[in-house]
Amino acid sequence: MTSINVRVDGMSYSDDVEPRTLLVHYLRETLGKVGTVVGCDTSNCGACTVHLDGESVKSCTVFAVQADGCEVTTIEGVSSSDGTDGALHPVQKAFHEMHGLQCGFCTPGMIMASIDLLKENPSPSETEIREGIEGNLCRCTGYQNIVRAVQQAAGEMSGSPAGADTLGAQA
Amino acid sequence: MIPAPFAYARPTTVDEALQAIAEGGEDVKILAGGQSLIPVMRLRLAAPETVVDLSKVSELRGVREDGDSLVIGAMTTHADVVRDPLIQQYAPLIAEATETVADRQVRHRGTFGGALAHADPAGDLPAVALALDAEFVIAGQNGRRTVPAADFFVDYLTTALEEGELLVEIRVPKLTGQWGMRYEKFNRVAQAWSIVAVAAAVRREDGHIAEARIGLTNMGPTPLRARATEAALAGAAATPEAIAEAARSAAEGTSPSSDLNAQADYREHLVQVLTRRAVSAAAGL
Ligand SMILES: Cc1cc2nc3c(=O)[nH]c(=O)nc-3n(C[C@H](O)[C@H](O)[C@H](O)COP(=O)(O)OP(=O)(O)OC[C@H]3O[C@@H](n4cnc5c(N)ncnc54)[C@H](O)[C@@H]3O)c2cc1C
Ligand code: FES
Ligand code: FES
Repeated sequence: MTSINVRVDGMSYSDDVEPRTLLVHYLRETLGKVGTVVGCDTSNCGACTVHLDGESVKSCTVFAVQADGCEVTTIEGVSSSDGTDGALHPVQKAFHEMHGLQCGFCTPGMIMASIDLLKENPSPSETEIREGIEGNLCRCTGYQNIVRAVQQAAGEMSGSPAGADTLGAQA
Repeated sequence: MIPAPFAYARPTTVDEALQAIAEGGEDVKILAGGQSLIPVMRLRLAAPETVVDLSKVSELRGVREDGDSLVIGAMTTHADVVRDPLIQQYAPLIAEATETVADRQVRHRGTFGGALAHADPAGDLPAVALALDAEFVIAGQNGRRTVPAADFFVDYLTTALEEGELLVEIRVPKLTGQWGMRYEKFNRVAQAWSIVAVAAAVRREDGHIAEARIGLTNMGPTPLRARATEAALAGAAATPEAIAEAARSAAEGTSPSSDLNAQADYREHLVQVLTRRAVSAAAGL
C-alpha cells in the first residue's frame, strides 16, 4: 500500500491505495464518486475524463498514486467550483438544453473534455470542437447536439448566448 | 481490467531512478505518461514486478537550447511540446506531428520520450525524430551515451535502450537556412494512429530543392527514411512535376505490414501520395 493525499472536488483526502489502483477506481470505489464512469478497457472512450491539476485526463489511464499531491475535479465538482453553489456549470446546462445526450453514459466525460477545451479556446469553431473532443466517443447522439451544446456553452461563457433556436437543437 | 500487482517506486532524480531500476528485480518497467504502458498493463499483456514512475523527476521535463541543438527532456508531455516556443521556432515539424497524436487527454499525460522509447511503428514521433537526425541521450549505471536516431530504432517496439537504462533527453539539431516542414498523416477519424504518415523537411535554395529529409511512419517495423526520394530531390527543381516524380520512389526499401487498417500494397501507394503532398507543402508549393 502507498499513502496518497489528494484534493477531489474541493475536499482533501488521505488514503492508502494499492499502486495498481486506477484513479477512476479510487474515485468511484473509495470516494464514492460514481459520476465518473468507465466505458472501455483500451483508453479510447473518454467516459472517465476528469481534470488533474486543471488538465483533462483519462482517469482509467492514470494510477491513483500518480494523483498524490494533485487536485482532481470530477463531474461532481463542476457545478459548485464556479462559485454558484448548486447551479449547473454552463456546459452542463447547455448539454441539458441542447439535448446533448441520449443514454448519457458518455456525458460526464464529454462535459469534462468540453470544459477543458473551452478553457484553452473560449470560442472554438465547429471543427475545433470536433477535434477538441475527439478523445470522447458517443454511441448514441451522432455528436450533432453535443457540438451544439459546446457552441451554446461557449457563447454563454463569453457573454453572448446563442439560443437553442439559432443552433437548432434536435430533440 | 485491473493491472496485476506491482511494487512502485517514485524517484525524484535520474540517479535515484537508475537505482530503483537496478533494485527492481527481474521485470522492471519505467512509467512515463503511462498512455501506452497502463493500457497494456490493464490488458495484462504486461505485468511488471516493479514500476518506476518518472513523473516526479523534474530534471527530465522541459525544452532548452544548447548551442546548435534543441534539447527536449524525455518527460516533456505532448501538450507541452505543442505549445513550446523553441520547438515552434526551430523544429515546428515536431509540434505539427505531436498535435496529431491521440487526443487532448492523452496529450496531457503522454510524453515525447515515452512515445520514442515505446517505438510503435504507427507512432508519429519516431519518424519525425529520424527525419530530423535527432540524437538520444541514454543514462545507465555506467554513465551516459548518445545514440543517433538511425541506430535507436532497432525493430518492432524495440530500441537501443538496454535493460537498466533510461532515456534522458533527445537532442534535435537546429535547422538553419530556408527550411520548410510538413507532417502528412493518413488515419481513420475514430482512431488517431497513423495508417501511414510522412514527415518532410525541405531546404530550398534559389528556386531549387537543396536537401530533403523524409521520415516514414508505419512503413515497416521501425520508422524509415525515404532515401531514394531524398536522393532524387537533392538539387531538383522545386516544381510539382519534379516532386511528383521523386515521390514515386517513396516505397523503395520499405516493408509495410498488412493489417485490419490496410494491406501492404495500399500502404505502398499511400506513402507515395503522402510524400508528394508533404514535400510539396514543405517546399512551399
Ligand atoms: C487512445 C490513444 C491514442 C493514441 N494515439 C496515438 C497516435 O495517434 N500517435 C502516437 O504517436 N501515439 C499515440 N498514442 C500513444 C501516446 O503517444 C503515448 O503517449 C506514447 O506512446 C507513450 O508515451 P508515454 O509517456 O505515455 O509512455 P508510457 O506509456 O509511460 O511508456 C511507454 C513505454 O516506454 C518506456 N519508457 C517510457 N519512458 C521511458 C524513458 N524515459 N526511458 C526508457 N523507457 C521509457 C516504458 O517503460 C514503456 O515500455 C495513443 C495512446 C492512446 C491511449
Ligand atoms: S474508460 Fe477511460 S477511456 Fe474508456
Ligand atoms: S449519449 Fe449514449 S453514449 Fe453518448
